[in-house]
Amino acid sequence: MHVPDGFIDAPVSVATGAVAAAAVAVSLRGARRELDERTAPLAGLVAAFIFAVQMLNFPVAAGTSGHLLGGALAAILVGPFTGVLCVSVVLLMQGILFADGGLTALGVNITNMAVVTTVVAYAVFRGLVKLLPRKRRSITVSAFAAAVISVPAAAVAFTLIYWIGGTTDVPIGQVFTAMVGVHLLIGIGEATITALTVGAVIAVRPDLVYGARGLTAPLKLRVNGELVDTPAAEPVPVAARSHRGVWLVGLAASLVLAGFVSFYASANPDGLEKVAADKGIDAKAEDHAAADSPLADYGVEGLDNARMSGGLAGVIGVGVTVVAGTGIFWTVRRRRTPETPSSGASPSGTSPSETSSVAPGNSA
Amino acid sequence: MGAGHAHRLYRHGHSPVHGLPPHTKLAAVFAFVLIVVSTPREAMWAFGLYALLLAAVAYAARVPAGFVLKRLLIEVPFVAFAVLMPFVARGERVDVLGLSLSVNGLWGAWNVLAKGTLGVAASVLLASTTELRELLLGLQRLKLPPLLVQIASFMIRYGDVIADEMRRMRIARESRGFEARGVRSWGVLAKSAGALFIRSYERGERVHLAMVSRGYAGSMPVIDDVTASRAQWTYAFALPFAALVVCLLGWTL
Repeated sequence: MHVPDGFIDAPVSVATGAVAAAAVAVSLRGARRELDERTAPLAGLVAAFIFAVQMLNFPVAAGTSGHLLGGALAAILVGPFTGVLCVSVVLLMQGILFADGGLTALGVNITNMAVVTTVVAYAVFRGLVKLLPRKRRSITVSAFAAAVISVPAAAVAFTLIYWIGGTTDVPIGQVFTAMVGVHLLIGIGEATITALTVGAVIAVRPDLVYGARGLTAPLKLRVNGELVDTPAAEPVPVAARSHRGVWLVGLAASLVLAGFVSFYASANPDGLEKVAADKGIDAKAEDHAAADSPLADYGVEGLDNARMSGGLAGVIGVGVTVVAGTGIFWTVRRRRTPETPSSGASPSGTSPSETSSVAPGNSA
Repeated sequence: MGAGHAHRLYRHGHSPVHGLPPHTKLAAVFAFVLIVVSTPREAMWAFGLYALLLAAVAYAARVPAGFVLKRLLIEVPFVAFAVLMPFVARGERVDVLGLSLSVNGLWGAWNVLAKGTLGVAASVLLASTTELRELLLGLQRLKLPPLLVQIASFMIRYGDVIADEMRRMRIARESRGFEARGVRSWGVLAKSAGALFIRSYERGERVHLAMVSRGYAGSMPVIDDVTASRAQWTYAFALPFAALVVCLLGWTL
């Protein structure tokens, strides 16, 4: 899925470049929290691993073979931030050294293959691990699900980018069907290999699998014939950490997309609206209750310039969504805090115990 | 792409292009590709001129044409995609040799082919005239975050080591009679990948300890800081400047 030069037009390439740069900046900070000063050698070696494993051919049938893409695998094995970094570095080096993927399309490639796959895979993985029983098998099952969803998700992201900034007027429905169809198949292969690989690592070094942290049963001591929990040395697996960086960058990206990119987006009605207009479906449709709200039909009243008003409406929409979302999130958290008073006490940030729980020899 | 390809990319030489500071070359290639991408596709002659410019660079770098052409093969998967475009794109259609093709799709295919090929050729020229270590130094000079440069340099340095380890595992598998065919062998291959991950990660930990014992505290010392004179910048930017003139002509004509 390496996109070459000339596939996506210049403004969208620049916009995705900005998104990719922001994502890499956030990951640099996050990875430092995941690995601290070991970031450079460990992330570098994991990037080399991903680079090598992409060369490992998995025969499918009748002479065809596929290979791993590695976004989901990286996210599960080393964590989302380090995963984004590793895949981005692999893509950067492939672009500069092997001319695999265009230099101007670097932003598109990183956004698609490093950010979307890794983030989607990790979100799905985390969610499933929380839902499923705390066993090793559920880690492999979640890894399968994460990888199977992450690959078509990247295809959807590509279709979206192509829709905004594609240089050829191919019907977007066909692009979508072709991309997602092919990548559903690829996703199944990717998922099988990812799950098997994660299973193989878990069998030998479960402590290395980032996604399986906190899964190890607490150590028990047998004192006078009965089992007792080991005293307090238990490190907190995932300490509360500040998501402000992620939050700010996400907000900035959506504002840019809503305000700036919608400026470039077509002013024509979208597919559904067009079909409705053509078939006369909308003849009977009544204007709904919000029709005379100031944001109706994504435009701000009193602004003549259609694009300006569309962009402004996008920005206001994002603002309202963020405020509403934050409000809900805040109330939910407020309600939850009385049950666990200790969670409020630990300050956000990096406690030294958080990072020293990985390997015995890292504090040299 | 087998093991050890990292060395085959670079073509040793002492041409003026080889001698330029790496960050000027990187910046020039980025600027050139950006200019190529923003050229209107209807100006077909402009792309011919770009190709001539690149040929001039290749001549100055004494890189033979066959070398560049062979490396262009990496583009093949997207050529296939471009060939499909005239069949699926919308809009006005023309008949060519009895096939009904979309005009818009033909333009799109041309656009992707021309710009993609020029981009690949520019990167190939960059990689074949710049050493890996220099390339990383150049990225650092271009203010890429130092941590990212370090990660990239570790990836480049250990890429061959890890690939070699993978090759040894393959030889070990094959010497025990294993032959990968079909989906049923995925389990074995995935276990190899898992073992490879554990080896890579543990090697990373050892590398870190070795670095710490030699006084590493989060940043690498800069030993040879390359600087570029104004003349070198001008020399490197001759390519994008010429391309810019062509691009502007393409927009106005």
